[in-house]
Amino acid sequence: MSDNRAQEVHAKVGELYRAESRQVLATLIRLLGDFDTAEEALQEAFAVAAEQWPRDGVPANPRAWLVSTGRFKAIDGMRRRARYDASLNELARRIETTTSDPLEQTDEPIEDNRLRLIFTCCHPALSPEAQIPMTLREVCNLTTEEIARAFLTKPATIAQRIVRAKAKIRDARIPYEVPPAPELPERVEAVLRVMYLVFNEGYSASFGPSLTRVDLSREAIRLGRLLLQLLPDPEVMGLLALMLLHESRSQARTSASGDLVLLEQQDRLLWNRDLIREGIMLVERALASKRIGPYTLQAAIAAVHAEAPSAGETDWAQIVALYDLLMRAEPSPIIELNRAVAVAMRDGPAKGLELVDALLKRGELAQYHLTHATRADFCRRLNRKDEARVSYERALALAKQEPERRFLGKRLRELED
Amino acid sequence: MKYLCLVYVEEKIFSAFPSQERRAISDEAMSYCEKLQKAGQLLAASPLHPVETATTVRVREGKTSTTDGPFAETKEQLGGFLMIDVPDLNDAIRIAAQFPAARFGSVEVRPMKELGCAD
Repeated sequence: MSDNRAQEVHAKVGELYRAESRQVLATLIRLLGDFDTAEEALQEAFAVAAEQWPRDGVPANPRAWLVSTGRFKAIDGMRRRARYDASLNELARRIETTTSDPLEQTDEPIEDNRLRLIFTCCHPALSPEAQIPMTLREVCNLTTEEIARAFLTKPATIAQRIVRAKAKIRDARIPYEVPPAPELPERVEAVLRVMYLVFNEGYSASFGPSLTRVDLSREAIRLGRLLLQLLPDPEVMGLLALMLLHESRSQARTSASGDLVLLEQQDRLLWNRDLIREGIMLVERALASKRIGPYTLQAAIAAVHAEAPSAGETDWAQIVALYDLLMRAEPSPIIELNRAVAVAMRDGPAKGLELVDALLKRGELAQYHLTHATRADFCRRLNRKDEARVSYERALALAKQEPERRFLGKRLRELED
Repeated sequence: MKYLCLVYVEEKIFSAFPSQERRAISDEAMSYCEKLQKAGQLLAASPLHPVETATTVRVREGKTSTTDGPFAETKEQLGGFLMIDVPDLNDAIRIAAQFPAARFGSVEVRPMKELGCAD
């Protein structure tokens, strides 16, 4: 084979690794019953491919070839190590007899294994601190270093969480399965929560020094698309729509100088119309399902904003109505606060102020900077300057992110003019 | 795979139930355990006397110290246990979730190490 051809094959192996390694891994875990053994087998299979394919050519079904090679390599390795640990012989025999070589059988639905992988990484018996890096590493194929950078932490910390999670999966025997129907809604919710946490981390990180960080929002959206393809559940649609609609405003959310721009003041021409179209289509599909959950309602609210030509022309009555439904589906003080903002837009700032004060009186969200920032904004619009100042100062004392602090400082100075 | 399900209950909460309800709960727990036993999933189970009856024993530098009750004052106390044998954690979680005390207390599901395991 010519050098040119060999180079082409090498490029092909690299491309397959990026595109298919997670599918191959998901199937190997299924066949071998263990994350670490599967990962080792995956690396070995690609190593053999890199050596053999330039000589023998790329096989007809590369993915099945990789799974088959990984499986044989793992069984082989167990037999070799069985000299020191006799139980491995038994394990190798069991894998050989209870699973079949993917090259000889009709395709096992690969989608099932990808879903098994997602549900296992997001198993509720693992802490969110473990679920997130497990999902990003095993499902999204980010490196430990990339995950650590994205969360501004040390690679060793992330590596340790992954090691512990894998140990728990093995020792507590968390099964590699798609949960049965009665448990599915709850388990899907756990997966969606992980996805939304990843998205939000990316969303808020985009203010910081983000150039060297992996775009977590994009990863979450990619994961959302994959999950929707595997499991067309209305809330999966709802969350994907919500993420797309938030993402559509990413260009408009910060000014050239890196300052925060509120929804009201954003240049709507900067909103990404393709993402909005896709988001709205998904919201409509989810709403049509008649099984409407909190993510779909939040996405519907984002869709009303996306469809409005300006903040003033927003259908605030509809937004308030959607918040009412959301309060019923999932009561939370954060939703109450957001609802207060919508009510203020519909009925005037005095009504909004009443609602926020009621929240604070109940002792809810008193340590949350946005509660005070919202209160300050209502007072400012009502021309109650002294009260506005006190609330802006309180918000400033609680806010942690630099752009938010700059924004609040600016509002505080404007009060003096 | 064997799991030990440790059932934690706030004793104050349980003793505040009307006696009829308490009886109904223990009847339900008994018949649930019987069902698990018939299915071959239960190895052992027992409720425990209240925490005031507990004694904590420690041996330090050869000296035995015996103290009244558990050392830490926790809100929920160990009220009983079930030892089960099921294929995986999801089955163990299902069994724990159906145990009556899970509705007002909590059940800690711990995988048991095989005897003779090195680690």
